[in-house]
Amino acid sequence: MEILVCIKQVPGTSKVEVDEKTGVLKRDGVDSKMNPYDLYALETALRIRETSSGNIGVISMGPPQAMEVIKEAYMMGVDRGALISDRKFAGADVLATSYTISQGIRKMGNVDLIICGKQTTDGDTAQVGPEIAEYLGLPHVANVLKILEVKDKSIVVEMDMPNTIEVAEVNFPCLITVEKDIFQPRLPSYKMKLKTKDKTIETICLNDFEDRDENKYGLNGSPTQVERIFPPDANTDRETWAGSGQEISDRLIKKIKELKFV
Amino acid sequence: MSKLVINYEKLTMDNIKELVAICPFNAIEAKGNKIDINAGCKLCKMCVKKGPKGIIEFVEGESKKIDKSLWKGVAIYVDHVEGKIHPVTLELIGKAKELAKKINQPVYALFIGHNIEKKAEDLLHYGVDEVFVYDYAELKDFTIEPYTAAFEDFINKTKPTAILVGATTIGRSLAPRVAARFRTGLTADCTILDMKENTDLIQIRPAFGGNIMAQIINPNARPQMSTVRYKVMDEAKRQDEISGKVTLCKINKEKLHSNIKVLKVTKKQVENSISDAEVIIAVGRGIKSQKDMDMVQELADLMDAKVAGTRPLVEAGWIDAKCQIGLSGRTVKPKLIIVLGISGAVQFTAGMNSSDYIFAINKDEKAPIFNASNYAIVGDIYEIVPKIIEGLKANKKIKK
Repeated sequence: MEILVCIKQVPGTSKVEVDEKTGVLKRDGVDSKMNPYDLYALETALRIRETSSGNIGVISMGPPQAMEVIKEAYMMGVDRGALISDRKFAGADVLATSYTISQGIRKMGNVDLIICGKQTTDGDTAQVGPEIAEYLGLPHVANVLKILEVKDKSIVVEMDMPNTIEVAEVNFPCLITVEKDIFQPRLPSYKMKLKTKDKTIETICLNDFEDRDENKYGLNGSPTQVERIFPPDANTDRETWAGSGQEISDRLIKKIKELKFV
Repeated sequence: MSKLVINYEKLTMDNIKELVAICPFNAIEAKGNKIDINAGCKLCKMCVKKGPKGIIEFVEGESKKIDKSLWKGVAIYVDHVEGKIHPVTLELIGKAKELAKKINQPVYALFIGHNIEKKAEDLLHYGVDEVFVYDYAELKDFTIEPYTAAFEDFINKTKPTAILVGATTIGRSLAPRVAARFRTGLTADCTILDMKENTDLIQIRPAFGGNIMAQIINPNARPQMSTVRYKVMDEAKRQDEISGKVTLCKINKEKLHSNIKVLKVTKKQVENSISDAEVIIAVGRGIKSQKDMDMVQELADLMDAKVAGTRPLVEAGWIDAKCQIGLSGRTVKPKLIIVLGISGAVQFTAGMNSSDYIFAINKDEKAPIFNASNYAIVGDIYEIVPKIIEGLKANKKIKK
């Protein structure tokens, strides 16, 4: 079985701040670690390979430094990795990103199962997985809680629904996005680090794609536009209290009594 | 084609240094006396706007224009499992009515499922102009291909300018699929929506997980799609009389084929849900050790409140993941929330700032949480909380 896991490098901190006066992004927007949700996707792939055999590839999109997360995936035991990287992809929104990754996946050859983390910690949209599935014409199941069985031609999963849990059997090829805690991710191994030190990482750029129409990628392929960014509204109806612990607690109890909460 | 253009002849050692330093994504590389922009570029245009003048320019290309007048109406997706309508649906209707009114267009609801016709009529009590129903046995359970097919059919038939979808596990799976099919934009978890006169939908959401809001538009594609979380918008009020109509839609059954077979549906156990709690005590990194959670629980018990918290506490294992407030957790709208030792990143406040009364206690008088609070209390939770517990206990005794 051919399994492919989509991974992303994200900023080490989820806080990116904007200098209100100048509008300049403060400089910690640089990506530095693997999106934590992707670790669950990788672990899911590794467990499936343990029981059903097969190969695991990883694919990522980003600047050259994103090779680091592919190396990390190698240290966890992944067989091959590719990075989609091209300046022409700059400024991509969800739609353009999904299309770019789907083109990269086509380049990697046949795949039976694509696994994504449920979302990234920087974009927080949870939309790229389902959009990739649409571009590849594959069925998908989002929010997978458990893998119940891996068969020759299908996989049986538990999916999280608003008030129910559904058990569904999905035919290969397909895409799933997995919830946090589906499996406990393993740590990258030092032994594997030494072993995979010189392992190659394929790079894929626009010229390698089937569809090389520049209008479909990056800023030009992105229907959404950010019109402006601004700090959130402050609550104007606000009182500030200070004082000793006793004073404050007396005041607070009085207030919540007044509001009839106790 | 829009792109960044480098005027190489204007480069000097000094402005190269300056440009390298200004890029927040390290995407500008110095290569001898030249520069190169690498794939880290996010086209934030910081180098154009704030860098040395005229070195890097942004050249806007021509984009194809669409005829916006061909797209009319604000549609909502009826979120449900087996006909049981999720309450986010009524909130979407409330917002859709407001948006549609601004451009004087109708409100549509899309209802996909099986044996749902009666339920569809009920939606007419909320001021929807037309409910489009796809009622087929193949649509009994949510599976992605048939639901996307019905959604596609609906869009082709009615051409709505905007579509709102609840950010439930169903909505977050279905909406992106539909958006990709129509090559259109989809903005996740919008907290504010507004409509321009030219029918462009203003979509505002917290970005970068940090303290920034982004205003997003989708000016050259239709339909415009947004997901909205439960308990963010105000729900439409039910009226006794009905208005509008229900339209049954036909679709070629071949389109309802799925490669997914639903084998079993089980009800989730009633969980300790913070989404419906009236009073919440929320805690964050101001809590120093796990044993202090007992103090928090004691306070919560005295107030019949639920304990919730931020992502770091979930990661530390001190609170259950289901009790996480924020963009990557739950959105809550309690009557009262007391926030203890949480600095207040947008990722958190976006999940609770529509609560009726917000009390925040924090040592740092500059903590951003105070901007979201009605009562900003500067102090140490370890001094204040034990006193509150003492006071509430005394209060209970008096009552007895």
